[in-house]
Amino acid sequence: MSGAPAPAGGGQARVRLGPALARVVPALARVVPGRVPIGLVLAWAVVGLVLLWAAVPGAFTAYDPIAGVPADKLRPPGAEHLFGTDAVGRDVFARVVHGSVHSLSGALVAVGVGLLLGTLLGLLAGAAGGVADAAVMRVVDVLLSVPGLLLALTVIILLGPGTVNVAIAVGVGSVAAFARLARAEVVRVRRTDYVEAAFGSGGRYPAVLWRHVLPNSLGPVIALAALQFGAAILAISTLGFLGYGAEPPTPEWGLLIAEGRNYLATSWWLTTLPGAVVVAVVLAAGRISRSIGRERA
Amino acid sequence: MSLLEVRDLAVSYDGRRALHGVSFSVEPGEVVAVVGESGSGKSTTAHALIGLLPGNATLDAGRILFGEADLAGWSQRRLRSVRGSRIGLIPQDPANSLDPVKTIGAQLGEVLRIHGERDRRTIRARVLDLLARVGLPDPQTRARQYPHELSGGMRQRVLIAAAIALRPRLIIADEPTSALDVTVQRRVLDLIDDLRAEYGTAVLLVTHDLGVAAGRSDRLVVMRDGRVVEQGPTPAVLAAPQEGYTERLLSDAPALSERPFRDPPAGEPAIVVRDLVKEFRVRRRPFRAVDGVRFEVTRGTTHALVGESGSGKTTTARMVARFATPTSGTVSIAGAPDGRRFRRHVQLVYQNPYGSLDPRQSIGEIIEEPLRNFGLGDRQARRARVADLLERVALPGEVRGRRPRELSGGQRQRVAIARALAVEPEVLVLDEAVSALDVTVQAQILDLLERLQRELGLTYLFISHDLAVVRQISHTVSVMSKGRIVETGTTRQVFSDPRHDYTRELLAAIPERVR
Repeated sequence: MSGAPAPAGGGQARVRLGPALARVVPALARVVPGRVPIGLVLAWAVVGLVLLWAAVPGAFTAYDPIAGVPADKLRPPGAEHLFGTDAVGRDVFARVVHGSVHSLSGALVAVGVGLLLGTLLGLLAGAAGGVADAAVMRVVDVLLSVPGLLLALTVIILLGPGTVNVAIAVGVGSVAAFARLARAEVVRVRRTDYVEAAFGSGGRYPAVLWRHVLPNSLGPVIALAALQFGAAILAISTLGFLGYGAEPPTPEWGLLIAEGRNYLATSWWLTTLPGAVVVAVVLAAGRISRSIGRERA
Repeated sequence: MSLLEVRDLAVSYDGRRALHGVSFSVEPGEVVAVVGESGSGKSTTAHALIGLLPGNATLDAGRILFGEADLAGWSQRRLRSVRGSRIGLIPQDPANSLDPVKTIGAQLGEVLRIHGERDRRTIRARVLDLLARVGLPDPQTRARQYPHELSGGMRQRVLIAAAIALRPRLIIADEPTSALDVTVQRRVLDLIDDLRAEYGTAVLLVTHDLGVAAGRSDRLVVMRDGRVVEQGPTPAVLAAPQEGYTERLLSDAPALSERPFRDPPAGEPAIVVRDLVKEFRVRRRPFRAVDGVRFEVTRGTTHALVGESGSGKTTTARMVARFATPTSGTVSIAGAPDGRRFRRHVQLVYQNPYGSLDPRQSIGEIIEEPLRNFGLGDRQARRARVADLLERVALPGEVRGRRPRELSGGQRQRVAIARALAVEPEVLVLDEAVSALDVTVQAQILDLLERLQRELGLTYLFISHDLAVVRQISHTVSVMSKGRIVETGTTRQVFSDPRHDYTRELLAAIPERVR
C-alpha cells in the first residue's frame, strides 16, 4: 500500500527495548548483538559501580572511613588494604567508597543547577528572539569569557565554603554552556515544519514550546549534562583540593588527594589511587555523553 | 564489448540484502535509465559501481566490469583513479553537493588538481571553459561566486561541469533533476544529451521519474526490491511492458497517464484572493515575492497554483493559510472565523512529510494534537476519532503507536493529511503535498485526496510545480511566474489551449504523451 521500505541505514538492527526504557537510557538501545561497544559497557560499569558505592558503601568495605588505626599507618596497597592506608591509619579505599556520595551528590547538584538554569535561559532566549535573546546571550558571553574556576571561586566567596555551596558554584559556572547550546537547538527546532504545523493545528505558544520545541532540543543538552557531570566531579575535587569544599575529615575525593599531597614522595597511593578513580569516572561520563549525543542526533 | 557490465551484483546493509543479483550493461555512448521507487535499490546500484556505498553496506558478490577491469574487488585507493577521470558522477541534490565555503571556481579547479593538473593558469582557463560549456552565463563571475549565490539549476550545471571536467567515458547521474523546476529540468537534461552527443559519453541515468526516463533513454532497467524486474529498449518496454509491476509504474506516472480532465462545477466561491502583494526586503531593497495576485476557488473544487521555484506560489499559499501576512490585498475565506479558530477552518499540508511530523511523537499523538488543542471531546472520544481518521486515510490501526521514522514517505503524508482533517476543516492548502513521493504513492495520495474531496466536500488550494500532477487533480489552474499570475482558467483550457508563452514553455517541458 505504500513504497517499499528504504534500504536499512546505519544502526537499524536495534534490539527492541521497551520504548520507555530506550528513552531513559538511549545509549543502551544502541547495544547491538555481536557489536557490543566495549568502551561504553565499561563506562556504564564504572558509573554503576560508583553509584553503588554511594548507595551502599558498607557492602564494599568493612573499614571505617573516619576512625583510623594508628598502628597501621601508611601501609602500601595490598590484600588487606586495597588502596593502602593514610598517615593516621585510615583505609584509603574505604575513604574513596564513602567519599563517592559527597562527590556524586555534589556533581548532581552542580549539573542540575547548570541544566535547569541554562536550559531555561536558552529556551527563553531562543523562543523569544529579538532584544531578549540578544540581552541573555551577551550575559552568557560574559560568563563564558570568565574562566570556570575563577567564576566558581567568586561564587564561593559570596556564598561561603561548604559542600552544597561548592556544587552550586560549579553549577553556575556551567549555566552559560547549557544556555548557549539550548538556545542554538531551540532556534533550529523553532524553524522546523513540525513546529509551524503545531501552530497550524491550533496550538498555543506555551503548549507548542513545551510539547515540541523543548523535547526536540534536549538531545545535545542531555549529552552535555553527562559530559558536565564528569567535569563537575573534577571541578568539585579541585575546589576540595584547594580547601573550599568539605571540611576534614569528610572523605571527599578532592580533599583525599589534597591530604595525600604531603606524602607524595613516600606514599604515592594516597594521591594516585583516588586520582585514578576520579579520572575513571570523568572518562566514563565523557564516553556516555558521546553515545547519548550520537543516539539523539 | 560493453563499456560497463554489471553481473549478479549483491549488496547488503548490516547483513540485510538490499540488492539480489543485479545484472545489466551499458554500451558506449548509450543512455541507460534505471527506474524504480525509493527502496528499489537503484541508488545503491549506482553507488556500488563507483565504490561510494555507505559504511554499513558491503558488496557481497558480483562483478562490475568496466572496460577490462573488475571494479568490484578494488580498494578505495584504486577506485579513486577511476572516479572522476573515467566515471563521472552527477549527484542527486545540488543544494548539498557543493562545499558552501568554497567558490565555484575553486571547487571545479579542485577536480582538475586532484587528477594531476598543476598549472594555475591552465586550471583557471579550463574552469571558465567548463562553466561556459554547461551553459552558465558570465562564467568569470560564476567562478568567483559561492554556491548559495546560485540557483538550484545553476548549481546542478556546476556539478555537471565537475562530472564532465575530465571527459569520463561514463557518467552516472543519480536523480540529476529531481530537485529542479520543470523548465530547468528540461534544459539540464538537454545539456546532458548534448554533452553525450559531443563526447560520446555513456550515461547511466538513475531516476524515479518515468517521464524523464521515457524521453531520454535508449534502454530501461526497471528495479524493484533490489532486483531487476524488466529491462529492454525503452520504446519496447513502454509499448509493451512484460511485467505487471512495470505496467503499474507506467499507469501511475502522472506524465504518462491519460485521465480525463476534471471540469469545475458551478458554485459559491470558498476562497477569494484579491490583489495580494507580499514584499520582502532583500539587502535593503524591497522585493515583491507576490505581486497583485487574484483568483477565486469554488467550494468543493481544487484550484492549482503552478509555477517554478521563486514564482511566489508558496508565499501565496502561506498567506491564504495565514502563516504570513500580506503587505496589501485581501484573502477572504467564506465562513472562516478569526484568530485561533481560523485553524479549524483552514489547514495546511506540507511538502515534506519527513519534516512536518514531530519525530518524538507517536502517530496517535500527532493526529490527536489538533483535537487536544481545541479541546474537542474527552480522551475516549479523541481516541475514537483518531482511529476513524486513520481509517479515512487508509492507514492500518497499528501505526498509532509508531513514530514517524518507522513509516514510509507515503504513509507519513497520509498521517499529515489525517492531522489536517482532524478538526474538520473546509479548506485544505496543499503545498507541494505529493512532490516528495514516488509515482505509485503519489497516485495513491492523489486518489485519496480526490475521495476525501468527494466525501467531505473539501476545497483544495493545490500548490505544485508538476504540471502532470496538476492536470490530474485540479479543476482550475493559475499559472504563476515572478510573483504574478500570467494565466488562469479551467484545467482543460490551460492545458489544451494555453494563451501565455510561459504556460506554453511549462507545458513543453513535460515529457510527451500528456500534452
